[in-house]
Amino acid sequence: MNRRSKKFKWQRKHLLGLRDLSAEEITYILDTAKGFEQVSKRSVKKAPPLRGKVVCNLFFEDSTRTRNSFALAASRLSADIIEFTKKSSSVSKGETLLDTAKNLEAMGIDIVVIRHSAGGAPKFLSRSINACVVNAGDGFCEHPTQGLLDIYTIRKIKGTLEGLKIAIVGDIAHSRVARSNIWAMSKLGAEVILVGPPTLMPAQVSRLPVSVSYTLDEVIEKVDVINMLRIQFERLGGNPFPSVREYSHYFGLTVERMKRAKPDILVMHPGPINRGLEIESEVADGPNSVILEQVTNGLAVRMAVLFLVNQAAAQWK
Amino acid sequence: MKVILSSEQIKRTLDDLANRIISETSDEFDIAVIGIRSRGEILAKRLSRRLSKKRGKDIPYGTLDITLYRDDLNSPQGGNQPQVRTTEIGFDIDNKIIILVDDVLYTGRSTRAAMDALVDLGRPKAIKLAVLVDRLGREFPIQADYAGIKSDAAPVKSVQVNLVESDGKDEVIVE
Repeated sequence: MNRRSKKFKWQRKHLLGLRDLSAEEITYILDTAKGFEQVSKRSVKKAPPLRGKVVCNLFFEDSTRTRNSFALAASRLSADIIEFTKKSSSVSKGETLLDTAKNLEAMGIDIVVIRHSAGGAPKFLSRSINACVVNAGDGFCEHPTQGLLDIYTIRKIKGTLEGLKIAIVGDIAHSRVARSNIWAMSKLGAEVILVGPPTLMPAQVSRLPVSVSYTLDEVIEKVDVINMLRIQFERLGGNPFPSVREYSHYFGLTVERMKRAKPDILVMHPGPINRGLEIESEVADGPNSVILEQVTNGLAVRMAVLFLVNQAAAQWK
Repeated sequence: MKVILSSEQIKRTLDDLANRIISETSDEFDIAVIGIRSRGEILAKRLSRRLSKKRGKDIPYGTLDITLYRDDLNSPQGGNQPQVRTTEIGFDIDNKIIILVDDVLYTGRSTRAAMDALVDLGRPKAIKLAVLVDRLGREFPIQADYAGIKSDAAPVKSVQVNLVESDGKDEVIVE
């Protein structure tokens, strides 16, 4: 093996967020993901590194992309999967998160992938059980694998994040995707600009490594990447903007606005899309859109994450 | 430290391996060379150049990363955590005679992993193993079809293949 070069060693058996990771750790996950991309392209779309391991998808909130992506990632790595959803479980009978997790762990689970509406739930779990914990979205805190797949997609096309101007547009306040993006993109040398109405900016925005703009027209011409967030109607309290039409008018990514953007701008969206609201259909399906590439890359990134946490866990045996 | 192959000897050994491969392989089948990362990759490239010349047509080469197929992923690995890298094989391996190349054949575990990785990519006509150094110490029932030199270095020693592309210099040393 490669015994002479200085070796970085992956040591985390949990992936709770990108805020705590170093640029080197983030880059290591992305480089590892490259090796997993081709597993999905060959004749046998499966490799054996997690053979005999059990991954539990513990989702307390709805999800299409993330849950299925983790399930497919786990099966491509030859792990067995237990699908847990809140509705069909004993949570509806009042079982707590910890009891649920401990009971599942008693069945011999190795990795728990958790999504929960309470920020910090994955961290709490990681301190209470022996299995590896991977955060698949917690409250408004983080969604690290989404942040990683966003960066992976940008890096694959642009080569590096260093020096790129990236706008994140929309409901920043309620977005865990935005937070994971902000932490990781700034660590890798990108300049992050948050765009949205003041009512949808996080309370302590001045403490984040970003600049802020309240008009999309001011930034559209200068950015290399634009990440459009979904308006999360299910989380919005009060009236953060007067009307959907007004929001679209000021912050929607329209064909008209795209005419002023750089010709090679990357248009991203974590999904699900509100077509015609934050992004016009022609733009979402247009030549600059990498929205579906994001989904494809998400699989490789999640395979890498599952592989790495398991590899770290093996060191503690 | 003892040099068991010099730069000149490595060159001659590769020439000799290429000659033997060509003389023992029927023209009927296409040959392709696949190297195991990372030293095998370099040797595969060199070998494919020689084979292409001798056969008078392009013999493709590729790189195989075997990390996902290793048998020690769930054991503590100390300072030697293997990193997953890309497999780069730009051709179909079905029905070809695959010359699998590694720098040193020792326990046979890498070769086992490489064979499992290869059959997930397709169904080659045959897999032949070519190595620069055939070192004593097999743990699996595997042997080389084409070996440069034999080494009976004791288990405490390390057999190191240095190549210009990765290490700045061609030599095989035991230390």
